Amino acid sequence: MRTLTEDQIEIGAVLPELSIDLTPTVVVSTALATMDFTPVHHDVEGARAQGSKDIFLNILTTMGLVERYVTDWTGPEAIIRRINVKLGVPAYAGDRLDFNGTVVTQDGPDYTVEVRGKVSLGDHATATVTFTLPSDETA
Amino acid sequence: MTDLDMSPGDELLELAEKQAALGEVRGGPAADPVNIPMIRHWLDAMGDANRSYLDKGVSPPAMAQVWTMPGVRRGVKDRSPVDDVLAALDAAGYTGVVATNCEQTYHRPARVGERLSAATRFSGLIGPKRTALGEGYFATWNVTWYGEGDAPVAEMMFRVLKFRPRRKSGTPAASTAPYPLRPAQNRDTAFFWEGVRQGELRIQSCADCGRLRHPPGPVCPSCRSTSRSYVVARGEGTVFSYVVHHHPPVPGRETPFVVAVVELPEGVRIVGNVVDCPPDAVGIGMELRATYRAMDDEVILPMWAPRES
Repeated sequence: MRTLTEDQIEIGAVLPELSIDLTPTVVVSTALATMDFTPVHHDVEGARAQGSKDIFLNILTTMGLVERYVTDWTGPEAIIRRINVKLGVPAYAGDRLDFNGTVVTQDGPDYTVEVRGKVSLGDHATATVTFTLPSDETA
Repeated sequence: MTDLDMSPGDELLELAEKQAALGEVRGGPAADPVNIPMIRHWLDAMGDANRSYLDKGVSPPAMAQVWTMPGVRRGVKDRSPVDDVLAALDAAGYTGVVATNCEQTYHRPARVGERLSAATRFSGLIGPKRTALGEGYFATWNVTWYGEGDAPVAEMMFRVLKFRPRRKSGTPAASTAPYPLRPAQNRDTAFFWEGVRQGELRIQSCADCGRLRHPPGPVCPSCRSTSRSYVVARGEGTVFSYVVHHHPPVPGRETPFVVAVVELPEGVRIVGNVVDCPPDAVGIGMELRATYRAMDDEVILPMWAPRES
């Protein structure tokens, strides 16, 4: 897999969309991989007892998926500097999480991408992700 | 100014200021050093095909927090300056919680073999504010992850809204009638009821000598320390003693029902109902597991069911 170079990134460039089916397996396997054993992320009955309609994605996974969405596009050598997420509606099992993104600014070597993760209820995550490309010599 | 002059809101803000003044409180080292199997498992679950982390032996940046997560049987939880503020908000009726912001900055990659630790600083409480969910307070804290050396690996700003859930107006007929017996909640017991809402049985522990006590109270009977923490019990127990209640009638309950003193393997006893079996099937020594029952739209009570079911 190749990493993008500076001349391949323009302000306003649109990232390819990514759609993730939030099966219970996705919700549970990511909760466990992030060491988050809060019942609302794996126990349907427990989640309902709390007033949620089903189990839902944990925040550590939202952060991981946002990161993955950007590095899927930049390629493996980009260095993620910062991920700021504004959390919105829950991403329930059975829903679909659709990511879209746009390059919004460049500040020296740092690029910032605006990312939105949408589910059927609305915006699950509104994020900005800042990354740096490797310098030419090491690319 | 004495406590009597203060409104509950002033008291919350004063506690928040006190906790913020504690500054950065360092937690213990992570259970595991940064390692390849956990990274591979994380990448697999995320569907992330980026192999460079494994090739270079570094943690994916967004995985920073994973290394210091407490795990299933957390034992004694690290005391954080955030806990007291959240418990006080619960006790003041702001029992709802929703995370609003998570901002992470990654200073350098965490390398395989490094054992991270997290330091937490309570950074502010703002409110009361009227929000779409109800009246609430925004609580913000910062976590910094350190590896080897003093240079931080990553830091995070995390903000939650603690809100007072609105009484549902025009409650639909299908909704449960309010359960008439509300458990008493205060600053001493808020952690317990917060645990119940999360499906956890929390037992108060002395932060100094480690001794467990239940029901919760302000002072350790063993060493008289007022520093408190809690452990999460396994949720198993045996009947130490019990009664079958036939009469008089109890509002919100159908008789007969069983009230038991349940002995936990952790070493304390707790009173609760035994459910999911006929009263005459209950006996001393019966093995139980904890179960959490919604009594109405707001109250969840921990109860006990036969272990094999």
